Amino acid sequence: MTNKKNPPNILSESEQSARIHEAMRRGMSRRDALKTFGVAGLFAASTGGLLGSSLGYASEGTSGTPKRGGRIRVAAHAASTSDTLDPAKGSTAIDYARHEMFYNGLTEFDERLIPQPSLAEHFVTSDGGTTWLFTLRRGVTFHDGKPLSAADVVFSIARHKDPDTGSKAMSLATQIADVKALGSQQVQITLNSPNIELPAILAVSHMKIVPEGTVDFSKGIGTGPFRCQEFSPGVRSIGVRNDNYWREGRPYLDEIEMVGISDEPSRVNALLSGDVQLINAVYGRSAERIELSTGHAVKSVNSGNYTDLVMRVDQEPTSRPAFVEAMKYLFDREQIKWAVFRNYAEIANDHPIAPSNPYFFADLPQRPYDPDRARHLLKQAGVEGARLPVVASPAADGSEDIAVLLQQSAQQAGLNLTINRVPSDGYWSNHWMKHPLGFGNINPRPTANILLSQFFQSSAPWNESGWKNEQFDQLLTLSRAEPDQAVRKQMYADMQTLIHEHCGIGIPVFINTIDGRDKRLKGYDRTIPLGGFMGYTFAEHVWWDDA
Amino acid sequence: MNNSIFKIVLGRLSSGVSTLLIVSLVIFAITALLPGDAAQQILGQFATPEQVAALRIQLGLDQPAPLRYLSWLGGLLSGDLGQSVSNAMPVSELMAGRLPNSLLLAGITTVIAVPIALLLGIASAMCRDRLLDRILNVCTLSMVAVPEFLVATLAVLIFAVHLGWLPALSYVSTVEGVGDFIRIYAMPVLTLCAVLVAQMARMTRAAIINQLDSPYIEMARLKGIGPLRRVLNHALPNALGPIANAVALSLSYLLGGVIIVETIFNYPGIAGLMVDAVANRDLALVQACAMLFCAAYLVLVLIADLCAILSNPRLRHQ
Repeated sequence: MTNKKNPPNILSESEQSARIHEAMRRGMSRRDALKTFGVAGLFAASTGGLLGSSLGYASEGTSGTPKRGGRIRVAAHAASTSDTLDPAKGSTAIDYARHEMFYNGLTEFDERLIPQPSLAEHFVTSDGGTTWLFTLRRGVTFHDGKPLSAADVVFSIARHKDPDTGSKAMSLATQIADVKALGSQQVQITLNSPNIELPAILAVSHMKIVPEGTVDFSKGIGTGPFRCQEFSPGVRSIGVRNDNYWREGRPYLDEIEMVGISDEPSRVNALLSGDVQLINAVYGRSAERIELSTGHAVKSVNSGNYTDLVMRVDQEPTSRPAFVEAMKYLFDREQIKWAVFRNYAEIANDHPIAPSNPYFFADLPQRPYDPDRARHLLKQAGVEGARLPVVASPAADGSEDIAVLLQQSAQQAGLNLTINRVPSDGYWSNHWMKHPLGFGNINPRPTANILLSQFFQSSAPWNESGWKNEQFDQLLTLSRAEPDQAVRKQMYADMQTLIHEHCGIGIPVFINTIDGRDKRLKGYDRTIPLGGFMGYTFAEHVWWDDA
Repeated sequence: MNNSIFKIVLGRLSSGVSTLLIVSLVIFAITALLPGDAAQQILGQFATPEQVAALRIQLGLDQPAPLRYLSWLGGLLSGDLGQSVSNAMPVSELMAGRLPNSLLLAGITTVIAVPIALLLGIASAMCRDRLLDRILNVCTLSMVAVPEFLVATLAVLIFAVHLGWLPALSYVSTVEGVGDFIRIYAMPVLTLCAVLVAQMARMTRAAIINQLDSPYIEMARLKGIGPLRRVLNHALPNALGPIANAVALSLSYLLGGVIIVETIFNYPGIAGLMVDAVANRDLALVQACAMLFCAAYLVLVLIADLCAILSNPRLRHQ
């Protein structure tokens, strides 16, 4: 159905997928969905004309008319000498925000996490998700004046497959079998197996496009809305407006300076004293302080970040299903939400798909807090009255506090938990997934499929609990090739149910990310649920209004 | 006399070099004991084993530890501090960006803290057990006891957030004019002075009181010499040795020990660089910073000893 030639009344890819998502929410029938897809073909894109000059951006919300000019200073929660302008190596919020300033991807996410055209004017799959053709926008130049060509795209994507690159997105790139240029403006990507989410994968910040043959990334040469004027890792970066930016009229600000302030109270103080105009990673406790200030506001977004209890199925006693189920009944989720995160969180249901995700399965019954039931299950598992260590660390946000609350509820169910606190330094390589009972923290992933593939597939290196479920693996593989949105949604619902019931992962809440900003910084209404700083993309959208 | 001082300096320098060598060995060993290595640290939470292996080879981490130490040492001897593994920049370049900031902060603090400390210490010693001395004692003792993160945070809350007089962060790069300079450095220097002045003043007081109790001061007093002259001309030169050592110890802290002040005021100094380096298991950078701190400490102690010797004829002619 995707290989129709010249479909009548072709819709732009963005409008198309947005419409489908909208309809899904309203409860579109499968037949209706199929009909809509049938008209245009999934991910068939227009020649760009219908996108208009807004190039796919929805309205900017209620902040008024954008103004040009002004400079702001932004403080992120971490900066160190390992800061990098190599998109493939980005690892913290300050890296991602800088990459969004200096580079563009082939595609980019909108507010519903649907991939929209960016450097690729349109993209299409001819065979249900295995072979993809990306057509590049014309007239785009890099900061050094070199025009964007297909060779740059081939270089930027192929490098993720080389282990020497040290790419953080290598596990996503392994499914790419071949990337080749067809002329100077078209790129063909072939996958090992069909995946209709490829455009979403290419919107990930690691996949940004750099000039062919780049070795030294410290200059930040890209096609993005800002040019890198100064970059000194761990100290600061200065981006100045790229006057040749291909998106008409943007960006609005003249200059953005980015620094890192790792100490949270210092970061909040710097915002309140007017030294910086935007900060991220505000704690729930401090959000109130910012709200009380007349000149400042907080923006809290739930992107599906979660801290989870990891119960390894290959170790004792966490391999016993009754024990795992008992632990899930021991989360007093309301209390965790209130006491640990000051209500800046959403109740979760022991599966990793957040309510903001289009595939969220809302009909799955919420698991309650039930110590009596847990006691019964623990008895069944034969661990009643046992003494068990649980490993917590500041590396996994809030895990120490969650562990204390869990310890209290476990006591009521006749289980003695001892909390083993370990430092965050080296936590991920030395403790994470290595103890029967410990904590992990998973940052938001752009799509449900990426999240499930990276953390729940049997063969995934970060399959936290080490569970193996054939049914789940089959569903996951099939869902990648399933063009019918309704069928796909049902598959995701089934996968969420499987994780909720059987996986050795307990997810009590989804944690909000909180930004603090000066109220004169406008245009901060857009929400891309990927993390703070408007899903790291603020630079292109905000403006400064002194009035 | 010149000859003997020359000998002392030479002896100290040669023992300093061996101290540095031992320190570098100890630091290398301790860093190697830390869990995880640079490759794991760079690739982070979601690294694949394949990538870690590739990066280890790329960074030369697959070689045995003694060999890596020797190659670092060889580089050092030929003047090459090596490359930072976390961002592939030369260590010397990274340090050159931060060291002037640290030296500037240390310099300003020294210029302000040392005279104040000496003044307070001497005044306190001269008025021993009188009201002024008691007040100064209470003040300096409480200053020593209050941790600097508290002083710094309170200062920010009062002067930056509520009064809005001073910036909460120190941006060394945006200094325009003397007014800016004072505003930017006021709080970090205040915080550092609070701790240092108290320590040095107490040591000065103790050293001078020690001298004031000795028979020659009694003699001077019987001869009718006034209190000020007794302290400045007679007691102080004899107390200079211990005072200089106390000052040197306090100042050596200004280079590597100011991490809290650097963090709270977001001041890009060299202490923060070393903390980053340890967190990233960036061995070349850790070593270079450690060598620098150690060398600075040795030089300061050497200067203090020279002061003591030059000010005291008895030591001079030994």
